[in-house]
Amino acid sequence: MVHRTIRVGGLTRVEGEGALLVRARDGRVNDLQLRIYEPPRFFEALLRGRAFTEPPDITARICGICPVAYQMSACQALESICGVTVDGPLRDLRLLLYYGEWIESHALHIYLLHAPDFLGYPSGIAMARDHRAVVERGLALKKAGNDLVAAVGGRAIHPVNVRLGGFHRLPDLRGLSERLEHALTLALETVDWVSGFDFPDVEHDYRFLALTHPDEYAILSGDLPGFPVDEWPLHITEEQVPHSTALHSRLDGRRGYLTGPLARYNLNFAKLSPRAREAASALGPVCLNPYKSIVVRAIETVHACDESLRILDRYKPPDAPTVPVEPRPGVGHGASEAPRGTLLHRYRIDDDGLIAEADIVPPTAQNQARIEDDLRVLVEPRLGLPVPELTALCERAIRNHDPCISCSAHFLELCLEQ
Amino acid sequence: MSRTVIIGIGNDYRGDDGAGLEAARALGGLENGGDPAELVEAWTGADLAVVIDCAHAHDPPGTIRCHAGLGLPPAGHTSTHGLSLADALDLGRALGRLPRRLVVVTVEGAGFELGAPLSPAVRQALPELISRCAEVARPPACPRSGGSRRGSA
Repeated sequence: MVHRTIRVGGLTRVEGEGALLVRARDGRVNDLQLRIYEPPRFFEALLRGRAFTEPPDITARICGICPVAYQMSACQALESICGVTVDGPLRDLRLLLYYGEWIESHALHIYLLHAPDFLGYPSGIAMARDHRAVVERGLALKKAGNDLVAAVGGRAIHPVNVRLGGFHRLPDLRGLSERLEHALTLALETVDWVSGFDFPDVEHDYRFLALTHPDEYAILSGDLPGFPVDEWPLHITEEQVPHSTALHSRLDGRRGYLTGPLARYNLNFAKLSPRAREAASALGPVCLNPYKSIVVRAIETVHACDESLRILDRYKPPDAPTVPVEPRPGVGHGASEAPRGTLLHRYRIDDDGLIAEADIVPPTAQNQARIEDDLRVLVEPRLGLPVPELTALCERAIRNHDPCISCSAHFLELCLEQ
Repeated sequence: MSRTVIIGIGNDYRGDDGAGLEAARALGGLENGGDPAELVEAWTGADLAVVIDCAHAHDPPGTIRCHAGLGLPPAGHTSTHGLSLADALDLGRALGRLPRRLVVVTVEGAGFELGAPLSPAVRQALPELISRCAEVARPPACPRSGGSRRGSA
């Protein structure tokens, strides 16, 4: 009997901290656990009793990479309770802010976290020594995203300008078009660059979850596949697993679905902007290879730049930076597309205008079971490989999904493995 | 013209980790929430970068230390978002984008709890932290004033 335990004790180049435990016997994987040990966060509990206006700012603090996603899902849920719709130029500003976050986040993941896997470097910094111009391009692209978020949101990380009903003040958007034009060129170069990587020949039969919208490559609002956003708690359920401080999710009772760039791309390809669709012509409308998610992120970056330019072109400042939002008791739901996937919020406002209940389901928590499935398929036929080699392969497979583990850990689990 | 940039690093919502930000604000410097690319961007082309951060070095809380030079020991995986100050220096070095001189001024933290204010020890050390940073950033005596531009990137 051959018994083998593989432990990857600290994943690198993944936001936050996680670990992976694989137990195998006689060539079969008996147990595989993606372990998340980021400190618990209790955000849902600390929101209770706060004013109904506060969740966009408080939940933005869950993640330094995707604060806009938290703000947008929270605003959508709370505004729906209060009977307010934010549309026209104010919705355009929200889109701009969100596209800025996509550009920031995707550029960071592509250039500093994911590409080193394909080019054989242990880190983005090591890669920068040999590929200086390439990394400079990545940083310039990321900076364009930062500039967009800073212009609309007041600062590049944890923007402060968002509020229920719109913004605290209208932004000055002068000069952004030129920067975004340049960013679009960089994003198109990025698609060319990553498309030339050597990809493992793998495809998975994924079940996808992403927002869809009749007019847009959904990011800010839409429906979920087969049900409206306000029914998400009926379809998406969470459960505790002993090995992780993040909850695992089920979609209609079944575990192991995928949200994120691959899901969006496969469900919403036809809604990509013209430049993005053109850039995607080599990849085609279906992509089931998780390693090629780097190409999909690059295409989404083109889309974000292209759409931002379209918005900047049509934008006429509204009369006021916000529409009034008065509290009403009730329950509301929000969903938007964080760079890593669908981010679900649900709130109940009580009679005093305070938050009585809050539920947040981040994308990485939803993807965790599916990432484990990817790993099981990867590991089982390769159990004979030397541990460092197998470890590196597992890390790659996890990074394909850009897990933001610091986002997904939000409850305490006192579990000590061995 | 000599260019000095002051950069505070930290998180206002993690107790003493906000000390660097608070000192930088007092000096009209830049705030960095831990984004290494922004850090590299901020000090690119500077003659002197003064980076203010909170330390966890087992000194008594409130201890202030200055470290001059472009080398820092690798910090290990201690940041909540991946890359440390040492990583940012490595990245800057790889890209040929380091400041000419770097001084890291740290204050030893006592606690880093979510949502906590600065600890009494760090709060008490803050005026000295600010004055030490101002001193480091002060341009050498020269006939013309206004040679130092702070907080520009």
